[in-house]
Amino acid sequence: MTLTIVLACAAALLALAPFAVVIGRSAAASRLIYGASVIVPAISLIAALAQLLGTAAPETVTLPVGLPWLGAHFRLDALSAFFLIVVDLGAASASLFALGYGEHETSPERVLPFYPAYLAAMTLVVLADDAFTFLVSWEFMSLTSWALVMSHHRLPDNVRAGYVYLVMASFGTLALLLGFGLLAGSDGLYTFAQMRAAHPPAMLGALALILALIGAGSKAGLVPLHVWLPLAHPAAPSHVSALMSGVMTKVAVYGFVRIVFDLAGPPAWWWSIVVLALAGVTTVMGVLYALMQHDLKRLLAYHTVENIGIIFIGLGLALAFETYGMTFAAALALTAALFHVFNHSLFKSLLFFGAGAVLTATGERDMEHLGGLIHRMPQTAFVFLIGCVAISALPPLNGFVSEWLTFQAILLSPQLPSWGLKLLVPAVGALLALSAALAAACFVKAYGVTFLGRPRAPAAETATETNSFSLAAMFLLAALCLLAGILPGLFINALAPVSSALVGGHMPVQTGAQWLALVPITASRSSYDGMLVFVFMAISGTLAAFAIHRLASDRLRRAPAWDCGYPDASPATQYTAMSFAQPIRRVFGTVVFRAREHGEMPPPGSTRPARLVVELHDLIWEALYAPLAVGIGFAAERLNHLQFLTIRQFLTLVFCTLVILLLVLAIWS
Amino acid sequence: MILDMTVQGAQMLLVLLLAPLFTGFVRKVKARLQRRQGPPLIQPYRDLARLMRKEVVLAQNASWLFRVIPYLIFAATWVAAALVPTFRTGLLFSWSADLIAIIALLGSGRFFLTLAGLDVGTSFGGIGSSREVMIASLAEPAMIMIVFTLALIAGSTQLSTMAEFMASPAVGLRVSLGLALLALIIVAIAENGRIPVDNPATHLELTMVHEAMVLEYSGRHLALIELTASLKLILYVSVIACLFVPWGLAPAGAGWPALAIGVAAYIGKLAVGGFLLALFETSIAKMRVFRVPEFLGAALMLGLLATLLRFVSGSF
Repeated sequence: MTLTIVLACAAALLALAPFAVVIGRSAAASRLIYGASVIVPAISLIAALAQLLGTAAPETVTLPVGLPWLGAHFRLDALSAFFLIVVDLGAASASLFALGYGEHETSPERVLPFYPAYLAAMTLVVLADDAFTFLVSWEFMSLTSWALVMSHHRLPDNVRAGYVYLVMASFGTLALLLGFGLLAGSDGLYTFAQMRAAHPPAMLGALALILALIGAGSKAGLVPLHVWLPLAHPAAPSHVSALMSGVMTKVAVYGFVRIVFDLAGPPAWWWSIVVLALAGVTTVMGVLYALMQHDLKRLLAYHTVENIGIIFIGLGLALAFETYGMTFAAALALTAALFHVFNHSLFKSLLFFGAGAVLTATGERDMEHLGGLIHRMPQTAFVFLIGCVAISALPPLNGFVSEWLTFQAILLSPQLPSWGLKLLVPAVGALLALSAALAAACFVKAYGVTFLGRPRAPAAETATETNSFSLAAMFLLAALCLLAGILPGLFINALAPVSSALVGGHMPVQTGAQWLALVPITASRSSYDGMLVFVFMAISGTLAAFAIHRLASDRLRRAPAWDCGYPDASPATQYTAMSFAQPIRRVFGTVVFRAREHGEMPPPGSTRPARLVVELHDLIWEALYAPLAVGIGFAAERLNHLQFLTIRQFLTLVFCTLVILLLVLAIWS
Repeated sequence: MILDMTVQGAQMLLVLLLAPLFTGFVRKVKARLQRRQGPPLIQPYRDLARLMRKEVVLAQNASWLFRVIPYLIFAATWVAAALVPTFRTGLLFSWSADLIAIIALLGSGRFFLTLAGLDVGTSFGGIGSSREVMIASLAEPAMIMIVFTLALIAGSTQLSTMAEFMASPAVGLRVSLGLALLALIIVAIAENGRIPVDNPATHLELTMVHEAMVLEYSGRHLALIELTASLKLILYVSVIACLFVPWGLAPAGAGWPALAIGVAAYIGKLAVGGFLLALFETSIAKMRVFRVPEFLGAALMLGLLATLLRFVSGSF
């Protein structure tokens, strides 16, 4: 029944797409489409919540569409239900945001038809129960999001972003296609149920892991497959950016979890090593890239890469524990990863909404032209601050809880018997800690330069607060961030059926401890109570304010800034995004980005300004992708001649190919 | 239960009241080591009282956040300090945040203080904030690695349990403990902005960090920030004391005599810690700001090495 409702919702979203084409540019179109896109995912969300919280048995449905005689299989189990919640919550809040934001869209006819189709595609991916449906939905999701990325196709940057995205998305789908082909085997067992029962041989399972890492990893943004992500995510309209960063990367995580934990059979000892090593590098690289950006939306997109790394660290640990039969620890690590999936979808959507609000208010994405927005957009500034605190993994908000759980899982890993893991896990722990500290630095920069200080350009001076629909969406997500931070036990209890289904165990029920504390193992070992910390902070802060204002002084006088006696009237003397990151660039960037900076002094007598030139190299692009692109270009140039052969030459070519193939066949057998 | 409540309340008040005294003590010892008379021990209290009575002079474009932040960071630091066992383990609320959460609470405080540095939009605030996050980006992971080491030795991240384990004979002398102690001292120096990382006594020096961030604060806001800095210093000394010299700590459920011994031992440890800090600060010169990453990198590597040793074998 639940599955039927959810599928009906997806069908309704699909039906909205042609409808949006028909109503086109009319004034009410945007309201109508986004309004429907709030309601339909909300219904689907309630159904998925009922499925997960009610720990209902998995439901399956076979629809007579798709491949002839085979049909399309759908299934709603705990894992699908959880990811469906993430998708629907993101979709509903993004549509709510877009109810206001969409008014500012210059070409709504390029966004409206694809938007509901994109939502439907993401829903169908998490529901698919056979390889064909999964891949079709996956590709549909890629194409609709590509169309949305290209909605402002006249900007040259967006064209490049769209091109790189299309190439990487096809490459990823190809990897998944091959992966499913291997899992299906020569018998062509193409439904997930058959694959699950087949227990693929170790070799095939390993290849499937690698292909899943490439296919799902490229969509999620694992380094070094992340290159398209910081180009494509910011290019889309902001509510779509939020969906791509906050939700679509999670759908990719779902693909990985489904293949590796559910379909590919028991893990081999080295699987977790590959995943953990990639995840550790992804975490730190993502945040370092983010720190070097001064485009607000691109900074957020790079930061998604970091969070995907954190999620994959949890998944890698779960895989390691599962390999050695440590069910309880595996459940803890998996729960940490999935909780972070949920948390990240909340605060990343929130932050992209905030960036979108700033973009509509000022027309700027470049932080170097912003500043002082806290005075002009106080409510946006407030919710954006909550998002920043949450994503920087600071208590008492939700980002901290999932990272804390990941740390607790790391602390269980000395019991692993593998030497490779014994050496790798502490290093990954150090990388995770480093990335947490750098993330805080990154968001001090993002918030401080955008919202605090003095306006750096006229656009920032004349900004006004955003509309109430967008604010409602942001306040909703901010409230959920706080709720998940102070009552994490509720959310972790809800994840129990997911981890039971995947690793055969779950964390202890979290409502038994006193004052709703979070106790992953035993109370004497570790516990955290977000609510109590929050209440304590609120009480002591209020107490201090009350005591001081009552007993000492509450007088206040406004005066010019002090700045050590030399205040400068020009806002250009403030720290910028680039200068704020300079110490970190010097410490980390000299190695990671081969960062160099040098001053260009004009000759004496010249009135030209002196310039500081900063040189950064994206080594992954330069070492991996640029040579690949050059190679492909070179090969294409050579093969191009084949178009202009005479008929005789063509026939000779065909003949030679035939002879060679026959020879190969003869030698083979 | 009543006793537990009292002890928890007493602990909260004790750290709050002792914090300025401890800062004054360190200043006094430093002055004496430099053959100066130095301000009286209670000078920090007088300063705080004076600042609280003064009016706040707020920069024209300071936002509401700038005015809220002193209370926020004070609350975060006070909550963190209240959860570190000083004279008795098994505090009533010690389970509400383990050592990782305490570190993260201090991280929250720092996050907001660096934002305050950027709020008015002056170059001094920016320089302080950007350097502070650079220092934190190395000090925080080092601290987490230290926590990992100690947690793997004690089998817990709960400070009370850790302190009890450290006081028991089961702990013994370990290489990893030594490395962790060294790293923890480096981190504590950096986190509190002491020499050689930052100089708490100067105000107009190009390499200053913490003082540059709070330059625009005045009156009661500045008083709270100063009090928070003292609280943070005493918190780190308490963490080191309860993990590495846990002797004299009263166990949970102990009676009044044990508690009295605990308080006396705690004050003794603070005196020794303050003296050592003053001695160290007097005998060393301030570092150039880009030498600090190397200094903290050493702490990170020591912490990582200690954790690795624990992962490789339980006997280190």
